[in-house]
Amino acid sequence: MQELINRAKELLESGEVARVLGWKAGDLPYNPEPAYFEKAEDLKDFVYNGFCGANLSKYMIEASKLEGKTMVCLKPCDTYSFNQLIKEHRVDRDKAYIVGVGCKGKLDIEKAKKLGIKGIESVSGAEMSDACDTLTFQTIYGEKSCAYADAMLERCHVCKGKDHMIYDEIIGESRDTKDAERFAEVEMIEAMSPAEKFAFFQEELSKCIRCNACRNVCPACSCRKCVFDSTKFDSAQKANVDSFEEKMFHVIRAFHVAGRCTDCGECSRVCPQGIRLHLFNRKYIKDINELYGEFQAGADAEARGPLTNFTFDDCEPSIVAERG
Amino acid sequence: MQRIGVFVCHCGSNIAATVDVKKVAEMALLEPGVVHAEDYQYMCSEAGQAKIQAAIKEKNLTGIVVCSCSPRMHENTFRSAAEKAGLNPYMVEIANIREHCSWIHKNVEEATEKAVILARAAIAKVNLNAPLKPGESLVTKRALVIGGGIAGIQTALDIADAGYEVDIVEKTPSIGGRMSQLDKTFPTLDCSACILTPKMVEAAAHEKITIYTYSEVEKVSGFVGDFTVDIRKKARFVDAGKCTGCGVCQEKCPSKKSLSEFNRGLNTRSAIYTPFAQAIPNVPVIDTEACIKMKTGKCGICSKVCQAGAIDYEQKDEILTQKYGAIVVATGFDTIKLDNYDEYAYNQSKDVITSLELERVMNAAGPTKGHLERLSDGKHPKEMVFIQCVGSRCSDGRGKSYCSKICCMYTAKHAMLIRDKYPDVNVTVFYIDVRTPGKNFDEFYRRAVEDYGVNYIKGQVGKVIPQPDGKLLVQGVDLLDNKQILKEADMVVLATAIEPNPDVRKIATMLTASIDTNNFLTESHAKLRPVESPTAGVFLSGVCQGPKDIPETVAQAGAAAVKAIGLLAKDKLMTNPCTAKADELMCNGCSTCANVCPYGAITYEEKEVNDHGIRETRRIAVVNSALCQGCGACTVTCPSGAMDLQGFSNRQIIAEVDAICR
Repeated sequence: MQELINRAKELLESGEVARVLGWKAGDLPYNPEPAYFEKAEDLKDFVYNGFCGANLSKYMIEASKLEGKTMVCLKPCDTYSFNQLIKEHRVDRDKAYIVGVGCKGKLDIEKAKKLGIKGIESVSGAEMSDACDTLTFQTIYGEKSCAYADAMLERCHVCKGKDHMIYDEIIGESRDTKDAERFAEVEMIEAMSPAEKFAFFQEELSKCIRCNACRNVCPACSCRKCVFDSTKFDSAQKANVDSFEEKMFHVIRAFHVAGRCTDCGECSRVCPQGIRLHLFNRKYIKDINELYGEFQAGADAEARGPLTNFTFDDCEPSIVAERG
Repeated sequence: MQRIGVFVCHCGSNIAATVDVKKVAEMALLEPGVVHAEDYQYMCSEAGQAKIQAAIKEKNLTGIVVCSCSPRMHENTFRSAAEKAGLNPYMVEIANIREHCSWIHKNVEEATEKAVILARAAIAKVNLNAPLKPGESLVTKRALVIGGGIAGIQTALDIADAGYEVDIVEKTPSIGGRMSQLDKTFPTLDCSACILTPKMVEAAAHEKITIYTYSEVEKVSGFVGDFTVDIRKKARFVDAGKCTGCGVCQEKCPSKKSLSEFNRGLNTRSAIYTPFAQAIPNVPVIDTEACIKMKTGKCGICSKVCQAGAIDYEQKDEILTQKYGAIVVATGFDTIKLDNYDEYAYNQSKDVITSLELERVMNAAGPTKGHLERLSDGKHPKEMVFIQCVGSRCSDGRGKSYCSKICCMYTAKHAMLIRDKYPDVNVTVFYIDVRTPGKNFDEFYRRAVEDYGVNYIKGQVGKVIPQPDGKLLVQGVDLLDNKQILKEADMVVLATAIEPNPDVRKIATMLTASIDTNNFLTESHAKLRPVESPTAGVFLSGVCQGPKDIPETVAQAGAAAVKAIGLLAKDKLMTNPCTAKADELMCNGCSTCANVCPYGAITYEEKEVNDHGIRETRRIAVVNSALCQGCGACTVTCPSGAMDLQGFSNRQIIAEVDAICR
């Protein structure tokens, strides 16, 4: 982390960047939050550890409008989102100084809590320089520990790899933490009967409180005005209809980001209700891969997504329909 | 609030027999905005139109709904009637209660309920309609004909004779197409080349016609009256300007083992070749896969023997970009592959051939110099069996469901020619039906049976079994005598189904022209617009639209030419005002719409906007309404819903759906 802070200081002091976009400590030992640092002395609050799951790409939409460059810290998987935003002209590459920060998997405190670790006062073992094998918690009930991997976010178990897709420089080591099949959960749902699927999603989505956290954090949900907030369509009124959240909102949202979603997993990470929202997106990603060939949104800033491109080898619409 | 009039047509009994039209009018009056509703026997008649015009004036209508047939039939009629009465034509909506309702339902009560709902949806839409004004676009007075067979040649000649420039793009090294491969033509038995080559020469010499052979259409953009087409002129490796067509290069070329495409692979050609003697242009091409110089760098004999110095191994493909007002597709056909028909032993025996191969065998320029002989041992056959409908009229999915239409006649022709030239050869034809609907066709077939003694057997062949002695044992059935037939033959000829040239899929995609499940291009209306594609400015000529013989092809080629001429004769076209428009405040500038726009109508501008007090410069989509064809691809792909189609706005469509679901 110190290396990162030193470099940020250097860049700020040299005037090469006007601000640094990173994380600062929150009110708890495991909830650092995204923050801008405009002065070198502010960097004392800078934090980067296993709990810095937030994907900072989307903040660059607003930062691109500001004077001067912004140093932005992007983890390997965040760079996919950044590329996708470049492709959609939502961020300005020239306004960003991208420091690819090392990542050994990010943590989900809820998973630690489920392991019975409660009353947490401090955590160690999650610094970038740590081996990140074991987490040690000081709790009001004494010291507790768990395997680092056991507290990782779901998305890190299906890690896209330790390489940054776009960067100006890289600080820190990364680790590929993949130990599960990306589409295993989707396949499980695909195997369900229509009635079971309906019940499954009804159950999941009925937890939704329409706080819009998923939408607000999603780098693909970058519209100036969301259709759900617009008076131009009648969708705003439909939001009041019973069970809209369950049946419409998330499905429409998934459609809107289909082909653009990089599977960054932020939606599921921030959902206060613990809804596994990434399942929708991942189903579309799986379908796109199967119908049009493997495609990873944001792997580069140029390739046309299969849903907004046409090739003579594209599958026929009737084939799509036959799959059901 | 709109003042809407609803007019319900009986269409004689077409609608009124199944839909209670009075009830539809009655129910429509209850809808918001409706101030007038009436029914009439034929709304499209002059009297019907007069009723609409009178109501517009008397009731000060601001919009009308006509509940009638498909808008494809009479939308224009009602729009112009309304316009004459002073109403903007885009304030007219059609509720299709015929094709979508009365014709497909039997129960009057249910059909009436549905008609009421369809009317309700159209009323909901008109309530949100706004007057629209069409623009104008210029017409490029030049036509493109894709395919240089008889269809393409005839279309090009007719368009050129009317005084317009025409380009023919032909994929192979010469124009002429399938007809150039035929020996004789039915029902007159005149030589195919003798009637085709004068047309080829005429096309080549015509000052208004430019022929690009060995060329393919690579990209099409634009729209009716203003297409921009990229044509790839493949490298011939022979300079057409220098080549004298002397043919020495072909004689001296040491690589002579490539199968001749023109002779259907029955003999070989050199690596540098013209497909046939009368080829136009008479300029050879080098087959890079067979050329020794291209493969190994050594040889170069053609270059050495060419007195004109026309050989250029360094020649590259060229891309030519040209503007056209009209495009005619004349891509023709090929015979189907017979891999699904092992029972006929086509792949096992050289003496089982397709009818098109027989054309080459019978032709003086063919692999046997016109002598009828077995391809396996060169022996003169004594017994020949023709099998009809190989892959045509097929219901088991192995072949084509349709009738290839030309086989009955060419088989009668083959049988007659063989019996005439070689009276010692017995000819047997196995058939399902003999179809001869054409001028002098049945007489022709009867001559084969009655005058030439061709043995027609109603029944199909189950199997052709090559025998050790080289003969072919044909197992068939005679349905009229109800008995099995076992016949030894020396040659078997398969009347192989024809299918559209496989390349047509690519062409159709580039032109956004629709094709049916058999890859035939679809016409705009099966009966009333048979040579027009549903895509404006694209016309259909020849077998690409459906199986047909030469006289029909030539007639259709002329019809396609007339349609193209009708378009080229106009200086300006009215453009569709139902174009897309971006909401500046909602546009993200993400380029997704521009990516999916097939017409290149969307560009981006850095524009200063005032978004509720926030002034900033934003990247915003701008639609060129002259280029936009109103397809709506952008509106559905836009994540924020900033793109909308005038006349078909999201709001209007949702209002229609809401009205239907109410």
